[in-house]
Amino acid sequence: MSESIKISIENVTKIFYKKHNSVTAIKDISLQIKEGEFVCLVGPSGCGKSTLLRILAGLELPSSGEFTIASESDERPLQSMVFQEKGVIPWLTVEENVAFGLKMRHLPKEVIQKQTNYYLQKVGLSQFSKLYPKELSGGMKQRISIARAFANDPEILLMDEPFAALDEQNKFILQEELLSIWSETKKTVLFITHSIDEALLLSDRIILMSAHPGEIMKEIKVPIPRPRTMEQVRANAEMAEQFLTIWNHLQSEVQRSRK
Amino acid sequence: MRDEKGVVLFDPYETEQQEWKKQQVKERFKQLLTIISPIFILILWEICSQTGILDIRFFPPPTAILGTFFDLIASGELFKHVSVSLYRIATGFLLGVIPGVIIGLLMGLYAPIRHFISPLVMAFMPIPTLALLPIIIIIFGIGDFSKVVTIAGSVFFPVVINTVAGVLNIERVYLDVAKNYGASPKDFFLKIAFPGALPVMLEGIQMGQAIALLTIVAAEMMGATSGIGYLIWTSYKAFMLKEMFVGLVIISFFGFLFSLFLRGLQKKIVPWR
Repeated sequence: MSESIKISIENVTKIFYKKHNSVTAIKDISLQIKEGEFVCLVGPSGCGKSTLLRILAGLELPSSGEFTIASESDERPLQSMVFQEKGVIPWLTVEENVAFGLKMRHLPKEVIQKQTNYYLQKVGLSQFSKLYPKELSGGMKQRISIARAFANDPEILLMDEPFAALDEQNKFILQEELLSIWSETKKTVLFITHSIDEALLLSDRIILMSAHPGEIMKEIKVPIPRPRTMEQVRANAEMAEQFLTIWNHLQSEVQRSRK
Repeated sequence: MRDEKGVVLFDPYETEQQEWKKQQVKERFKQLLTIISPIFILILWEICSQTGILDIRFFPPPTAILGTFFDLIASGELFKHVSVSLYRIATGFLLGVIPGVIIGLLMGLYAPIRHFISPLVMAFMPIPTLALLPIIIIIFGIGDFSKVVTIAGSVFFPVVINTVAGVLNIERVYLDVAKNYGASPKDFFLKIAFPGALPVMLEGIQMGQAIALLTIVAAEMMGATSGIGYLIWTSYKAFMLKEMFVGLVIISFFGFLFSLFLRGLQKKIVPWR
């Protein structure tokens, strides 16, 4: 993989201004993510990790600072987001949901069809393509969300705790599925989670954040070779130590924010 | 109960089957009750009228009303009144629903429009359109159009209010999805705002349909020379109560039919619910 910088964030600060108490959600965040890198942002809830992602996703504007996403071709969208559990649109069928980004870009019908079918098949939803999301389980709905983002073929993928609402079994299955699709496309991914296991399994690098204001505290590299499985991560002694480091960090952050 | 016999006696499959059958019987009983209740009232009415417990002059027995019903059909009078009323309801309903939906969507989507129009809606909504009927007749005459306008006026408000609520209640995350995936304003309207608002909008349309029926009868009583309301009112004034009851039953029948139709329509156009 090349070492070129894909996402470059410089001194991004976001303040939510209100009359009586303004909140600094994130403060002076600077971060560089390489092409093809899988980075997890981990932090206690309320640390502004979602805010950072929403800024990159074009859903919020930073109060100061800037970011760039390196673009290879004009035909590709810069980014696509995998939302938390409710991001699947209930009045569109599974197929229409997966095709959503492509349709919004008004690509030729054959291209949309081909791309949609490919990712429907990848996430194992081909036979459910004509159903509405209400007929599917939570895990299946998140598969739609993931397929929609990959099908859009963006420069980078943003994922906002996509598996947080799933039960353990489904979570493991989807994490491995995500890794397998990712390894095929080698997209640059910025992934938010509060699950340490998830971060260790998925990422090349973990960014630890603190809360109030959200700042970057620490970076941890995850050098386990890919393809990985949860068993490998669990069995790795070094990772067990890293787990504790992150755990202690989160504990102290939660304690601090309680005061 | 723990011996071999007990186990055979309480075969779990059979127990559940029995339970299922009991549930089925209960369900059928409930359906039966729904059918029985109107029939029961009709029979009670018939008996009370026949035995003189109810004054036959005010409450003619259902069988006599049925007879009059057939007479009115045979003379063609009923058909005339019903078709006139249905025409007025249909036109008035559409004239209320279509602008209601359009204005409601605009109000829901654009905050300045919402803030500009909603005080007007709030101010006009509490005024019963029927109270404006004299003015409406002065402006639009005694013909069909004044009834159509009256109905449109009463249908408009529930539709507007529900459409606005429908748009405002669309979950934020769907708006984020649309924005993140680069939806154009047109796509946003057609793929997100309209379908998202549809369920609540349809509830408003249901309400509008009920109000349309209430309004047509009253409007035709006050200034009309035909229609179901006219039939009811003139029959009452001439003390032809059987004819009046026929009119009342017709209204109830169409109310039932319309809500059945709209509910069917709802299932068709919001299959994702």
